[in-house]
Amino acid sequence: MDWLTHPWPWYVAGPLIGLMVPMMLFIGNRSFGISNNLRHLCAITQPHKVEIDFFRYNWKEHTWSLVFVIGTGLGGYLAGVVFANPHPVELSQAAQDMLTAWGFTQPGHNLVPEELFHTSVRNFTYLFACGVLVGFGTRYAGGCTSGHAITGLATLQLPSLYAVLGIFGGGITASWFLVPWMLQ
Amino acid sequence: MTRYLPYLLVGVLFGFVLIKAEAASWYRIQEMFHFQSFHMYGILFSAIATGLVSVQIVKLLGRRKALDGQVIDIPEKAPGTKSYVFGGLVFGFGWGLIGLCPGPMFALAGTGSLGALVVLAGALHGTWLYGALKQHVPH
Repeated sequence: MDWLTHPWPWYVAGPLIGLMVPMMLFIGNRSFGISNNLRHLCAITQPHKVEIDFFRYNWKEHTWSLVFVIGTGLGGYLAGVVFANPHPVELSQAAQDMLTAWGFTQPGHNLVPEELFHTSVRNFTYLFACGVLVGFGTRYAGGCTSGHAITGLATLQLPSLYAVLGIFGGGITASWFLVPWMLQ
Repeated sequence: MTRYLPYLLVGVLFGFVLIKAEAASWYRIQEMFHFQSFHMYGILFSAIATGLVSVQIVKLLGRRKALDGQVIDIPEKAPGTKSYVFGGLVFGFGWGLIGLCPGPMFALAGTGSLGALVVLAGALHGTWLYGALKQHVPH
């Protein structure tokens, strides 16, 4: 049963993620994508007094999508808690060296660094602010890694290529310049 | 409820794979954006290739019905440039900082990470902010 606790190599994980695209088509003619759910969750919770048009639609038609992400959370629980990997993330030597230089004492010890995720006002402010960027950006672009990089490129759509170029431009800028500066 | 069961099961598979692939790891995302390992690129490229091939097969099969009776057709993204590039930049910037895109956000929250829930709360506020400012940003 080692395969359930060990991390999976890219050539197993990647094709399985890619198969989400045809599976969603076969289940109910759905386009695979996650960030739409952020919009649905806003639509569900929007107070009647606010009434922003972007969130005025029948979210109940998208219940399938919300069920999908509930499943994603359950899958995360199974993979990360029930069948948790007892070993550190096997990062490349170059990444380990960089992370050590950035001041991390145990790079890859957990999936995410305690230094950024443990409960503190400073960390939670940072996490919340970064979440705002992700939420704003994915809705502005109309999709995230799943909807654009995977579904969009797999169906050869030019807008998704623009989005992916933007995503990598933003990500490279943040992780090369802002992250090291922030960790100083 | 049974019509939602397939979505739940595929969602479970997706969350399971994301954690097993370490795609919800902040470290892996830094490694990716610094081009220090092939791991994340291998995942992305093989996922796109698998999707591409299977979509071509779906097209070759011609008019087919999905499990719930709808005819399968692949929706086109609305044409445009600005919203895709600018939105991508903002999202990518956040992804580079926090190492979580929306899928892994849900998967990591499932592992009991309070931090992932805080990111999700931020993402909902960001989404709301976009909804409120939609008319004022270039599209």
